[in-house]
Amino acid sequence: MTTEPELKTLLGWYGQMWTIRYFEDNAIASFRQGLFTGSTHPCIGQEAIAVGAAAALEPADQVLATYRGHGHAIAKGLEPRSLMAELLCKETGCCGGRGGSMHLCGVDKGFMGTNAIVAAHIPIAAGVALANQLKRNGRVVVVFFGDGATCEGAFFETLNMAVLWKIPLVLVCENNGFAISVPTRTAIPIENISQRADGFGLPGVTVDGNDPALVHGAVAEAVARARRGEGPTLIECKTVRWERHSAISAGKYANEEEAMKWKKADPIPRLEKVLLARGATEAQLQALREKAKAVNDEALAFAIASESPKPATVGDFVYA
Amino acid sequence: MAEAINEAIRHEMRRNKDIVLLGQDIGAYGGSFGVYKGLYDEFGPDRVRDGPLCEASTAGWGVGLAISGMPTIVEIEFLDFLTLASDAICNQAAKMRYFFGGQVSVPLILRAPIVNRLGLGAQHSQSLEAWMMHTPGLHVIVPSNAADAKGLLIAAIRDGNPTVFIEHVRLYAAKMPVEEEDHPIPLGKLRVAREGTDATIATYSGMVKPSLEAAAKLAAEGIECEVLDLRTLAPLDREGICASVRKTGRLIVAHEAVKTAGAGAEIAQSAMEGAFDYLQAPIQRVAARDLPIPTGKLQDSVFPGAADVEAAVRTAMA
Repeated sequence: MTTEPELKTLLGWYGQMWTIRYFEDNAIASFRQGLFTGSTHPCIGQEAIAVGAAAALEPADQVLATYRGHGHAIAKGLEPRSLMAELLCKETGCCGGRGGSMHLCGVDKGFMGTNAIVAAHIPIAAGVALANQLKRNGRVVVVFFGDGATCEGAFFETLNMAVLWKIPLVLVCENNGFAISVPTRTAIPIENISQRADGFGLPGVTVDGNDPALVHGAVAEAVARARRGEGPTLIECKTVRWERHSAISAGKYANEEEAMKWKKADPIPRLEKVLLARGATEAQLQALREKAKAVNDEALAFAIASESPKPATVGDFVYA
Repeated sequence: MAEAINEAIRHEMRRNKDIVLLGQDIGAYGGSFGVYKGLYDEFGPDRVRDGPLCEASTAGWGVGLAISGMPTIVEIEFLDFLTLASDAICNQAAKMRYFFGGQVSVPLILRAPIVNRLGLGAQHSQSLEAWMMHTPGLHVIVPSNAADAKGLLIAAIRDGNPTVFIEHVRLYAAKMPVEEEDHPIPLGKLRVAREGTDATIATYSGMVKPSLEAAAKLAAEGIECEVLDLRTLAPLDREGICASVRKTGRLIVAHEAVKTAGAGAEIAQSAMEGAFDYLQAPIQRVAARDLPIPTGKLQDSVFPGAADVEAAVRTAMA
């Protein structure tokens, strides 16, 4: 059912991928300058997954993601300025400066939040999907997680129940080759994580996660299936993490050379080649890059200029 | 008490069509202790979701339903099994509203019974309420009787915050008149189970009855104990505890959980902070010994009873 996306669509994705790339560049630079503490977990090199998947969704559909979730938030429609302000723990941030880099949320956009406990959001996403099923509202939930999460019990438990109850859930595993420092092949004894689906009775597919059109095709098919009431799908997107696990992570990869060769798989130049071959002009691409940069520079300036939350409000939002 | 809890759930499910129940054995079987009797027949498999055994994810699914505007009651068959669901409760439910800046609410109730003194051993006999008290963002409710259980559960469901509702297997069969009508009991307000002037016994759940027995025995000798049934540990009615201590000048704290870092320590410290000048004797703690719970007769050497409460009052009076 995958059809080649229109040029206009691809150009939109290209712009979004640059928006995410510049956002992450600013996030890392801001952290290094001491504009915020804690840490940040960039998704540089993985932008195609968030963008391709989100494009397969309706605005009312919902997304949950991990601490490496800035890209998913942007792809689901959150404004870089409210996200950057949240990273800088400002009161204008999407969570009022309480959540920071790892806890982003925009319920009005269907972005049900990022989570800092590996795999813990997978059952939560399933609960949101079950609510959709019970309300018969036709919405689908996409949950993003890394390869590391597929070793956690919550992943397996949820696969079992999700298939049992045929909930409208699409599970997107971003296999970026590393769980902090551990290469996937020393943690998972099978070639493709999507093979896990076989034992649970759901479709499992593996796609090249650095091609947004392939990600989009796989997610669109899974979303359609979920909307028809046929239940969940597991999609593994093979990709690569460029940066360290987080901005404060120590150490090098066990095999630095292997990790770095993946830079050649950068999804942005790949898409650029496709666009130029399809008739886009360099001027068009440059305009999109500049716009993405301008949006992010404005976002960072906005975040820096914003106020920190008042100390007196520290106890707000605990109880309903 | 089991029937009262059943009535509370039924009442709220009729009132609010969005409420969902999740857990194992809650369908036609009616729950391990019969609490769910008839609910599956009345509300059907969509709302009474009898599921596989996986506490961790069941609680996580409950969080997802709750943040989607569907208040959810998750069954944890023994309080001991709450440990399996602890991430969903402590890292997710308790904090999610906070770290998302108030964008979501988490109307999630985890019902779990203390199942002690039945000889089930170390993994089925614990009182873990203090673990939950130690997590800001949760409510911890510990009813001691059927009427309170019904009123407190109705209140907790309507309150709309993540709540660990701790029942007690020994109290399930205990019968008493219960309000038929809508009668929520405010959270964070203790109940004076017996008035007295000489010493305060602050207790909850399974130790309320032994404490009342001790108080009755001491009254025969002219020692009048005030017995406080705390009803909820979070929020804790610190002012209610202090008001009683200001009146009696003595405090005994009694619970079935192990002593070290138990709820009793927090209750005692509340009195130290709010009523120190009124205390005429050191605060006494009556609790289980700091041991894994053994099976068989040995368990009687671990858990406290009415005689221990009585002895603690005498120590405070000496």
